[in-house]
Amino acid sequence: MVDGCLVWTAFFAPLIACLLITFFLLKNKNLSSLVAIAGILTSFVCSCLIFSQIFQASPPAQLQQSLPWIHFDNFAINFGFLMNPLAIMMLLIVTGVGSAIFIYSRGYMDEDPSSPRFFAYLSLFAFSMIGIVLSDNLIQLFIFWELVGLSSYLLIGFWYFKPSAADAGVKAFLVNRLSDFGFLTGIILLWSVSDIGAGRSFQFTDLVPVISHIDPSLLTGIALLLFCGVMGKSAQVPLHVWLIDAMEGPTPVSALIHAATMVAAGIYLLARLFFIFEPSTTAMIIIAYVGAITSLMAAILAVAENDIKRILAYSTLSQLGLMVMALGLGGPMQGMYHLTTHAFFKALLFLGAGSVIYGMHHEQDIWKMQGLWKKMPITGWTFFIGTLALSGIWPLSGFWSKDAILALAFEHNPVLYVIAAIASGLTAFYMGRLFFVVFWGDTSPGRRKGDHHHEVHESPWVMTLPLIFLAILSAIGGFIGIPQYIFPDQAPEQLNMKVAIISSIVAVVGLSFAFILYGKRSATDPLIKMLGGFYNVLKSKFYFDDVYAWYVDHVQQNIALAMEKVEKSLLDSLILGELVHLSRIAGRGLRYLQNGLVQRYAMVFIFGAIILFVVLSQNL
Amino acid sequence: MMSLGSYLMVSGIIFSIGLVGVTTSRNVLKVLLSLELLLAASNLSFVAFSKFNGDYAGQLIVFFVILVAAAEVAIGLAIVVLMYRRISTISADDLKEMKW
Repeated sequence: MVDGCLVWTAFFAPLIACLLITFFLLKNKNLSSLVAIAGILTSFVCSCLIFSQIFQASPPAQLQQSLPWIHFDNFAINFGFLMNPLAIMMLLIVTGVGSAIFIYSRGYMDEDPSSPRFFAYLSLFAFSMIGIVLSDNLIQLFIFWELVGLSSYLLIGFWYFKPSAADAGVKAFLVNRLSDFGFLTGIILLWSVSDIGAGRSFQFTDLVPVISHIDPSLLTGIALLLFCGVMGKSAQVPLHVWLIDAMEGPTPVSALIHAATMVAAGIYLLARLFFIFEPSTTAMIIIAYVGAITSLMAAILAVAENDIKRILAYSTLSQLGLMVMALGLGGPMQGMYHLTTHAFFKALLFLGAGSVIYGMHHEQDIWKMQGLWKKMPITGWTFFIGTLALSGIWPLSGFWSKDAILALAFEHNPVLYVIAAIASGLTAFYMGRLFFVVFWGDTSPGRRKGDHHHEVHESPWVMTLPLIFLAILSAIGGFIGIPQYIFPDQAPEQLNMKVAIISSIVAVVGLSFAFILYGKRSATDPLIKMLGGFYNVLKSKFYFDDVYAWYVDHVQQNIALAMEKVEKSLLDSLILGELVHLSRIAGRGLRYLQNGLVQRYAMVFIFGAIILFVVLSQNL
Repeated sequence: MMSLGSYLMVSGIIFSIGLVGVTTSRNVLKVLLSLELLLAASNLSFVAFSKFNGDYAGQLIVFFVILVAAAEVAIGLAIVVLMYRRISTISADDLKEMKW
């Protein structure tokens, strides 16, 4: 039996923390971070209790509580939650990884004077994310979807005095708005056809029997519109452009929002609403290909990136592409499995990168780092585990989950399998590149000439402790039976030996290639020479940003200018202008009535009374 | 015994004189005086009706009118004094600050 109170507590604890900080603690750095950590830990503890309650029953319990929120005669929106195995796993990821990152942030944001604001935003984000996970209807989900977008915007632009950060926030917000427009259209479309006798509804549970009654082509349209929202939030091609720039935000934000949780919301949505997507084969194929293309493209771009966080961002894109592909191939279990392990090791890698950045006094260029292994042993070791997990080396968690996806692709679609395998190989290569450049080699500060006063140091324990916690999870994530918890009614996946061996070879080849290239130090990236002209294409990120900029500058701007002309000539001068003229003339005439002479007023009054008297007496 | 018509005739004449006084005189004091005439005229017709209809309500109303008239004069004179202090004249024509 699941206790509803626990769920509500887990739901609202971060919001309470956010409000407390906003109203009382904006000046108190120490207490505000403690309140935020207390909020997320409350949610985490509640989630653990709910988890045990759910899996005490067999089959696992499910609980829905829904309060009426906005009700017109046949239009109803509820506010509630739908707790099931999928939701509790996602909730555990959000609050568990969230707790680790909140604690880490206390160390990372220590020097920032406005860290209370940071913790308020972070708590707001946690609340919104939990809202997405728990929502039991589409409108509530959409509201939290937007709230997550808002907190993402606030956190990316946290250092708003940096123009690049402010721009990145706006970019993320605009791209997400664009995709959410499609998402909302899809929701309304689905709602409008959801009447099969019991009235229209936004509730997931009411929608399940509806799907089979919807015209297949219309359902494809709805599925693709809903997927539009996923493309924005989970940064799929061609709406991926915001995620790379989002790295302007503080590193814990990148770890929590732009790696572990928020960008995974799209995957989670696909899995939770899988009953909508599954019947439409066209939509599923498109989803699978979008995912595969994203995965490959991001993996290629990551190879030429020099900023430690941006490399990880590309890697996130690539892994999200894999998950979307898994969902598109009809495997929500594989997708969610990879989401879970990815949340562990990607949060770990980002926090490791944050630790490096912190230790290097806010240096993010990997070519200015060298031999950090010895200076930062804990960061180095945990980062090493994260790298291996992401590359898919046995027996770390990434191996199991990535292999599940690859096996799925292998069985269903060989083209997608090849794409995914290449992306995995590239993943191993660029992660190896990142690791060897940053941590390998001797510690002589040859590359940092003229920079004497910056001594590299290991981070404090509030930062290394979450690293160790996440490293353990990344290491054992493959053995704790995550897929069985998410989808208890599915048979456990057998390891496909052929796929496993191929992908292991690919990963090892990728890593060793990276070691050959970067194991020995050179002043510049040897890749520049090897790739030649293609390197510049990579540097310009396949021209996505340029195309968008060109579109805005030349197409949209021209349309806007033309519309402005129409407005000025037609609306302003012709229609509005005449109206203004008319009222001006009327005013000029009427103002003689208001001459301020008291006796003139009295005259008007008297004559008015006389006229009234005459008229009324005639009617008598 | 005089007829009701003659009472009303006197009342009407007084009312017209008051009306002309209110609208034409420029001196604010004269305007106030004319206003009193208007009230007196209506009082007269009330009393006349009361007598001819044998209903005392008319006389009752007259008391109220007198009361209101007293209050009105008190306030009106106070306004005239303030007006004189402010613009040093009591001509109604100079009191036109309320225009556009």
